Order: sequence, then C-alpha cells, then structure tokens
Amino acid sequence: MNGTTLFGLGAAALVGLGLYGLICQPGALRKILAFNLIGSGIFLLFGVIAKRGGGALAAAGSGSDGDPVPQALVITGLVVAFAGTAIAVALLVRLAETAGRSTLDTDAQDASSLPADANPPGERLP
Amino acid sequence: MSNLTDLGGVVLVFPMMLPIVGLLLGLVLGGRYLGRLVLVLVLLGLAAALAIGAVVLVGGEALQYLLGDWSPPLGVRLEADGLSAVMLVTSAVVMLAVVLYGQRAFRIPGGESETRTSLVFWLLLLGVWGGLNTVFLGQDLFTLFVALELLTFSAVPLVALSGKPETLAAALRYLLFALVGSALYLLGAVLLYGSYGTLDIGLLAERIAGADRWPPSLIAAIALMTVGLLAKTALFPLHLWLPPAHAGAPPAASAILSALVVKASFFLVIRIWFDLMPGLLTTAGVQILGAMGAGAILVGNLVALRQVRLKLLIAYSTLAQIGYLFLLFPLAAGAEAAALTGGMLQVVSHACAKAAMFMAAGLIAAAIGHDRISGLGGIARALPVTVLAFGLAGLALLGLQPSGGYLTKTLLTSAADASGQWWWGLVMQAGGLLTAAYLFRVLGYAVFGARSGTPSGAERLPILIQAPGRLQEFVVLMLALCALLLGLLPPVAFDLLGVGRTGIDAGAVVSIAMASAFDWAKLWGDLWPVLIVGLLVLGAVPWPDRGSAIRTDSAGATPSVTGRAAVAVGVVFQRADGVLRHWPAAGLSLLLLLLGLAGSLVFGSR
Repeated sequence: MNGTTLFGLGAAALVGLGLYGLICQPGALRKILAFNLIGSGIFLLFGVIAKRGGGALAAAGSGSDGDPVPQALVITGLVVAFAGTAIAVALLVRLAETAGRSTLDTDAQDASSLPADANPPGERLP
Repeated sequence: MSNLTDLGGVVLVFPMMLPIVGLLLGLVLGGRYLGRLVLVLVLLGLAAALAIGAVVLVGGEALQYLLGDWSPPLGVRLEADGLSAVMLVTSAVVMLAVVLYGQRAFRIPGGESETRTSLVFWLLLLGVWGGLNTVFLGQDLFTLFVALELLTFSAVPLVALSGKPETLAAALRYLLFALVGSALYLLGAVLLYGSYGTLDIGLLAERIAGADRWPPSLIAAIALMTVGLLAKTALFPLHLWLPPAHAGAPPAASAILSALVVKASFFLVIRIWFDLMPGLLTTAGVQILGAMGAGAILVGNLVALRQVRLKLLIAYSTLAQIGYLFLLFPLAAGAEAAALTGGMLQVVSHACAKAAMFMAAGLIAAAIGHDRISGLGGIARALPVTVLAFGLAGLALLGLQPSGGYLTKTLLTSAADASGQWWWGLVMQAGGLLTAAYLFRVLGYAVFGARSGTPSGAERLPILIQAPGRLQEFVVLMLALCALLLGLLPPVAFDLLGVGRTGIDAGAVVSIAMASAFDWAKLWGDLWPVLIVGLLVLGAVPWPDRGSAIRTDSAGATPSVTGRAAVAVGVVFQRADGVLRHWPAAGLSLLLLLLGLAGSLVFGSR
C-alpha cells in the first residue's frame, strides 16, 4: 500500500464518519462538525488526486508528476465550507438565544403548529 | 470559433455581473434606496435575458463565452443553449414580479430609520439571482458548485429573515441538508476530475462517450452528484427541510425559494443526465427517479390537502409539483422531445404559478393577520383580485387549457403513451385531481366559509388589518396569468427549448398538443372530473350557518363515509410524511438512494 492509497482510504473514512454523524447525531453543533468532517475528507481526496498527477495539464500535453489544479480548487472549496459553517453556527447561536435549544429533530412534527397569529415576517404595518 | 460568436457571447456576462454590481453598491447605498436600484438592475437583467433568448433562437445554436479567453480544460466556459435561455428569462420575469411586490413589503417610510430586514432582504435577493444565473450559464462542474453554494447561502438566511425561533430552526435544517447535498455533489465532481482530468461538461461528455465501459469511479460520481442535487431539490423522500422553510419565509422570499431556487439543482440534474452522460437515460436509474417523482406527487398532494395553514399547503404543493419534473426522466427514453419539453414547461409554469400563489397568500395573511385556511371566510369579497389570482394560478397548476400545466400534462402523457409506460400518466391524472381538491378547499373557505369568531355569519366581511397595495395585487395577477396563458405563446417561442440539442423540435410537439386543446370533447373530458372533485370538496366545507368553522381546524371533519375514508387515508400519509421528515429517516433514504442509483447504473452499463 503506497501513500496515495492510504490517504485515499483516510479520505473515505472521514466522509463515512461525517455522514454517520450528520444522520445520527441529534445536536445541531455535532451535525455542523460532522459536515466539516465530510468536507475534510473531500479536500483530502483533492490532495490525493493532485498527487496522482495527470489531470488537465497532462491532457493538455504538459504533464508533470503533480497536478496543481486540485489545489486551486481546494482553496475555493475551503472558503465555501468555511462560509457554510459560519452561517450554520450563526443560525445556531441565534436559535439557542431565542429558543434555548440546540437540537433539530424535536421539531420535525411541529411545522403545522407554527403560531398562525403573527403577520408574515418582513411585512410592515402601515 | 468565429469572432461574431465571441462578440455575441459577451452578452452572457451581464446576467452574472448585474447582481454582483448590485450587491457591492447595495452595501454603500443602504436599505432605503436599494429596492429601487434592484428594480433597475432586474429590468436590465430581463432585457439581457430576452436578448440572449432572441440571439439563441434566431441563431439556432448555443452562445458561448470563454472567460479571459482561456479555453477548457483549464478555462471556464459559459454557454447558453435553449434551456439556459428559457431559465434565464423565467427567473428574470419572476424576479421582476418579486421585486415589484417587495417594494411595498420592504419599504422604509420616510421618517423612520433603516431596518436590518430591508437591507438584508434586497442583498440576499441579489445573491440568489446571481447564483441562479451562474447555474444556468456555467459549464464547469466546479463553477456550478460555487454557484449552487452562493444560491444556498443566499436562500437560507431569507428563510430566517424574521428571526423567530421556528424559522431559525427551519433555516438551520435547510442549510445542513443542503450542505450534505453540496458535499456529495463536490465529491462526485472530484471523482470525475480524477478520472477524466477536466471539469468542463462538454469535454467530459466527449471523454465519457468515447470509453468502452463505465468505470466504477464514474458510476459513483454520477450517483453522488445526482443524489446531492436531489437533496437540494427536496425531491420526496429527501424533503425534510422544504415545508417549514418555504412556509416560514416572508412571502416574497417564499416565492423565490419555491419558484426558482429548487429548480436550479433540478436544472443541473438535467445537465448531468442529458448533456454530461446521455447514456444514463437508458439505464434503470430513470425508473428510480420517476418513482420518487410519483411518490412526491401523491404524498405531497395528499398532505397538502390536510394542512391547516395556507402557506404550508402551498409548500406541500411545491413538493408535489417537483415530482412532475422528475417524471420526464423515465419518459425521455422513448419520446425525448415531448418529455423534455413537457418537463421544462412545468418548470416555467410552476415558477410563475407558485410565485403568484405565495405572494397572494402573503397578501391575504397580511390583510387578516393569520393564514389559517378555515379562517379565510369572506376574504373573497374583501380581496377579490388576490383571491382571483390565487385561483387562476391554481387552475394553471392543475392543468386546465391553455396553461403551461396543461401542456406539461398533455406532453408527458403522450410521451408515456408513446413509450408504453401508462402508469406515469395515471399518476399525473391523480395528481391533477388532488390539486383540484386542495385548490377548491381553499377557494371554498375563501368564498363560502364562515368568518371565524362569528359562527352565525352575522358579520360577513373580515376586518382588514392591512389592505394590499394595488401594484402588489396587479403583479400577482399578472404572474398567475403568465402561467395560465403560457400555451397561447406562438409555437416559434417554444422552439427555443430545443436549441443546442439534436432531435428536439419543441415547437412541433407543442403545436400538436395545442391543436386539440379547445375541442369541446377534450375540454369537457378534462373539466368534468375536476368539477366533480370540486363539488365533493365544497360539500365538505363548513357553510356559515352550520357554525362549525371554529371547531374544525383540520381538513376532513366531514360526516360522510367517504369523507371519513378520505380522512383516514390523509392521516396515514401525513404520518408517513412526518416519519420521513426525521433526520435519521431522511439520511437513510439518502444512503439507500445512493446505493440504488449506483446499482442501477452498474447493471445498466454495457
């Protein structure tokens, strides 16, 4: 087993762990962390593919033993994952402040019992 | 590529540039004047979208633009074929309607200080618009990933605009599930890059088509990307986030979320299954997609019928209408032209009709202070234009001539007949009748229902907290009419759909479908089942003098035997929907779907 395969397996394990956490952990913070685990696994896979080489440069006829394109992609991917995490944590903090809870699964049923008295949010009274 | 095409291609940059310009200027301008700027930008965007549509239609081939003159595999390519042009125009039209509606809903009166809500709404709206346009134009799987994320990150805070705990929870759930979807999509894209060394859809399609057999990495990538996108589209049974999110957002935001945002990920599924890898259409995978679509139609419509609140009813109706879109996959194998045209017309028609319905519901809720369906009594007299618009949009959804929904149903049914798969036609008929049932239920309460709180019906007109703006009502009515009169467009306009792909003569199939649309026999044949359903439902609505409007807050408090049976069926489906909307159930269906799709592709490959 060479290093690339090992890293590839590591990536797969991270994605698997993350999926498990996202599906089975009730706490929202744990779900957010689990998403980050999936993200780490995918970014590791980017590294594996970059290391394997080939890719676009080889197809264009100037191949070397490493492919820089996945590295360019992974930076964007990291920024996107960071932004997603930031929004999720911000929402969670607000949720904990206003409702005092941080789990998501308890309210799967209560959608139809939303308070119906209020004006739709965002509408202003004259 | 000739210089002329390059010059024409520059116009593709505008739909992506305008929202970003607005985002940057918006931070300088502040919420008070941003609404007007957005209106100007959306008008310019509509002009650009119409120009793209005209150039594509007249030129008869897809428009291309290479960013920075770098060509794939390293460069990023923008391309507008017929489907992109149709989506660009549709989203610009719906955007314009929502922006006009929002001018009043998010106005800051002269003397008052600015609110956070106003500024954030307009900024997020621009973000959604930019994400949508990039999804429609991008041809690079990673660009499309970034566009999808821009879309999600703009759409999620729209849900939580009011800051109430339940909308925060809905937004968080939406975000987390959408993040799972995008993670799966990205994983698939990486696998494709690792196998083929490019992310450009056109190049990938060439390289995949050239291979003898499908490697495992390709199958895994396709299954991952498809399921990821389905999670973002909220196709049944991956819909746990949609009802609370779409029902909890402000009406203008709900309209955008329901009409356009879920369609973006559906559009990418089309890109993958039709453009990236047309061979997929002959595998058993299409049957899985079709089965989920059929499940969405039945469950979505039945659960919609049980809803107490108007906005939740409309959200569940969206769930059902998404199902129609996925029927086009099993049907495309035998009759691609009719299936693809029907599916895309459903996208356009549902976008207009659903935006109109959500905004009409918003006007009603703002006027009477709640949106309980049983409390809508007398609203038809108080807000006639709004209720009319709601009804017309509903007629477009259930597929009466000459609406887009009618064309969709006719085209998909003819495709089902042509390919010998009659059962999909049956599902569509059932879906149409259920749509009629919940539409008549709402209209029944709105026209005949007792005003809640006065069981004797002594006071027939509800007290209006806030009268809707004239412009708002007009915009909603216009959108509903767009959906209802879609079939009356000249057949040439439909030809746009087929530009850039061979063998799709959309104009021809539409004119065949429209040719017999207004025969008396056909009209009557379509109308009488709807009328019977309507009468049955109206019979179940509590009349003012029965005074039962307060007691019966749920749909089916009817004394008859059939009524009880219907209630029992409804309860079963509602329970099933409740179970499926738990995280573990949704996660499990996600994994099963992944395995199922991958398996069907393994056996489908040569």
